[in-house]
Amino acid sequence: MALRFEIMGRFNRARAAQLTLPHFTCQTPLFMPVGTQGTIKGLTTQQLEEIGCQIILGNTYHLALRPTSELIDELGGLHKFMNWPRAMLTDSGGFQMVSLLHLADITEKGVTFQSPVDGKPMLLTPEESIQIQNRIGADIIMALDDVVRTTITGPRIEEAMYRTLRWIDRCIAAHKRPHEQNLFGIVQGGLDPVLRDICVRGLVDRNLPGYAIGGLAGGEDKDSFWRVVAQCTASLPEDKPRYVMGVGYPLDIVVCSALGADMYDCVYPTRTARFGTALIPEGVLKLKHQVMADDTRPIDPTCDCMVCRNYTRAYIHCLVTKYAMGSQLLSYHNLYYMMKLSRDLHSSIVQGQFPEFVRKFLQRMFPQGDVPQWVCNAMEVAGIDISSCCAPFTTRNTVFSDEISSLKPQNSCKNPSAT
Amino acid sequence: MKFAVKAWSNCKARTGCLQLGNCPTAIDTPALLLSTCKGLPNFISPDLLPSLPSPDSHLLQFSPLHFLEGPSLKTISSIGGLQHLLGLHEYVFAAVARDSVQCLPECNASNKFGASFETTCGRRLIKPVEYVELISSMRPDIWASLADEVPSWVSDKRNKTSVDRTVRWLDECINLNSTGGAIFGAIVGGNDMEERQRCALEVVKRNVSGYWIGGFGLGESIDERPALLDAVTDVLPEELPRMICGLGLPEEILQGIAAGVDLFDSAYIYHLTLGGFALTFPLNGIAEKRPDTHLNDDASDRTKINLRATLYRKDTSPILEGCNCYACLNHTKAYINHLLNVHEMLAQILLEIHNTHHYLGFFRSIREAIKAGKFQQYHQKFVEGRRNHLALPAAAINS
Ligand SMILES: [Zn+2]
Ligand SMILES: [Zn+2]
Repeated sequence: MALRFEIMGRFNRARAAQLTLPHFTCQTPLFMPVGTQGTIKGLTTQQLEEIGCQIILGNTYHLALRPTSELIDELGGLHKFMNWPRAMLTDSGGFQMVSLLHLADITEKGVTFQSPVDGKPMLLTPEESIQIQNRIGADIIMALDDVVRTTITGPRIEEAMYRTLRWIDRCIAAHKRPHEQNLFGIVQGGLDPVLRDICVRGLVDRNLPGYAIGGLAGGEDKDSFWRVVAQCTASLPEDKPRYVMGVGYPLDIVVCSALGADMYDCVYPTRTARFGTALIPEGVLKLKHQVMADDTRPIDPTCDCMVCRNYTRAYIHCLVTKYAMGSQLLSYHNLYYMMKLSRDLHSSIVQGQFPEFVRKFLQRMFPQGDVPQWVCNAMEVAGIDISSCCAPFTTRNTVFSDEISSLKPQNSCKNPSAT
Repeated sequence: MKFAVKAWSNCKARTGCLQLGNCPTAIDTPALLLSTCKGLPNFISPDLLPSLPSPDSHLLQFSPLHFLEGPSLKTISSIGGLQHLLGLHEYVFAAVARDSVQCLPECNASNKFGASFETTCGRRLIKPVEYVELISSMRPDIWASLADEVPSWVSDKRNKTSVDRTVRWLDECINLNSTGGAIFGAIVGGNDMEERQRCALEVVKRNVSGYWIGGFGLGESIDERPALLDAVTDVLPEELPRMICGLGLPEEILQGIAAGVDLFDSAYIYHLTLGGFALTFPLNGIAEKRPDTHLNDDASDRTKINLRATLYRKDTSPILEGCNCYACLNHTKAYINHLLNVHEMLAQILLEIHNTHHYLGFFRSIREAIKAGKFQQYHQKFVEGRRNHLALPAAAINS
């Protein structure tokens, strides 16, 4: 084990902690930007440090293809290769294969896939995934799991869960750098509480440095999503970090943190930036929309980032989706927003202000009081009273019509994303 | 705007000092104007700009035509012009219609009413009155009058027309001007020495703050250029600054400086950066004579290297040993090679930073050579270094 996890504050299930990793001491809850190919798209490592980024994620599958893990190893590891002094996490590569490649096939041996280089069948075994991640050298490495779509049901889910448990032992056995890198296990089991429970217990028995909740954020309904998170966080050990994979919507992060999760990753903030969308406390702002052309306000008047201090929506509007600078500036703002959200979650928990923080967050995102039912349900379990954020049922109809007109300049930032 | 020539070398090359309202320190010339897209460098975000040498990097060139799309002129004007729109308060903006990248003159479609350009929003005909409207809302510190630029191969008749129109449009620009920005009168004339001179003499008669020399980099050969440049600068008064468009290569910059030009654009850097190239030539103007260790390697032509080359796959040295730009202080050739291979934007960010930094250093060393009265030697050494390099492969084959 190469980490320390010290809880600094709590509110019911929510916790704020200090996570000491080989390369950096992080404050949780935290969001990890995804740097697929050894760079966060459009930002320098200096900018990432400036906005308070603590840990970034690298994608094993992409890095193994180019520049190859052997080369990264030869040049001293990914930290050195990309000059990132802070913490890093790599995924196992399995999810990328299953989601990116049509012909991936999972057997007991591992994930068989067609090489994108020469089309030959290749096999990624748990041992190989760990070997590659050992070469890349991230602070946290992920076990290879058997990934299935959350939306499917039946015996395949059960098979995947048991296989994930069998593979974790192979991963542990293959892990050559346990004193420099932390191997996290991944809880699978679809939306089935019984399977999730078996998986959690199986992994906890292995006494890993940390645990991830996998197989979510794949199109399942939100009520199922938070219930799985709540179930897993309730039975995972208190003194180990908990990472919900693939979660990146600010609302989801707030809810999961209230339920006791600590770490998140998602391409959403940077990907949505490239499509011209900014994250703001009220939801999202689509900078491409014509009403932005002459809007002289900053993206988010309450944001202190370099972009909001200097630029109007009108100027960003003329850059987005057309010029590199548009996505550079929007990615910067969006990641700044995510880092600020992480800091606010941490400090509000430490200062005993967490329920107030959640209420303020919800009030800004849902000024009409139309907090989604799943959020209300989750907050009940989290023990956070948000009744002051929720309008009585009868007023909900008017909310909908406002959302339709959400692109009028006055309302454009008052409304949550048209998700 | 204040401009003063401080020293001449033992030729027409000169060094001067340009003082503009917002920039806290005067900028020494010859100087490079950073190319921009909608007012910002292509890949260097405003928070990274201060990592470049200052005040050398504070001159920005933009094309007002980039704003044919985007915020309305009323909005730009109400924000307070480009400086405020871009949040670059200590920077100097120079407006030139043509930018050599996204806004190119299309002489066949230009007519007596205005100049035509191929822009990102299609082909557009811009009349002087529209051009001045753009300028008025953006309030640049310096702006070049609208020119009818033609390539070198047009007929004498078309070339004459271009001079007539450019001079007439200059009058219109002067009459319409309400910005307070310094007008630079456009000088064209293609490949015809007499037309070049006729245009320059007409512009000199007008009330302008400087001169903008257009119509270069449009098909003329590098050998015929010195005479054409001299034809223009010989008739220009010494005390006003001269800006030029379309000269980019180091040799071309040196040609311009030899003819007494003070300000240059940097579309060259943009093209280098997109191509994965990094400038590496020595700044002292003395190309080393030792045999090139990478003789058979097409990744280098001694002024630049191509970081896409597999040669750099495992090269953990910075782009240029001794360079103190952000890219060289923080990253290796191997990393940039990887970024280029996987089409990551950070490659262009780092390359634009390095190339801009290096080119600003090139201008600094030129200014020092002029101040020391040694520009001609500097120029000659640079050209010889290049010639030796070009001769080397042939020698290698013969031996
Ligand atoms: Zn911001
Ligand atoms: Zn450099």
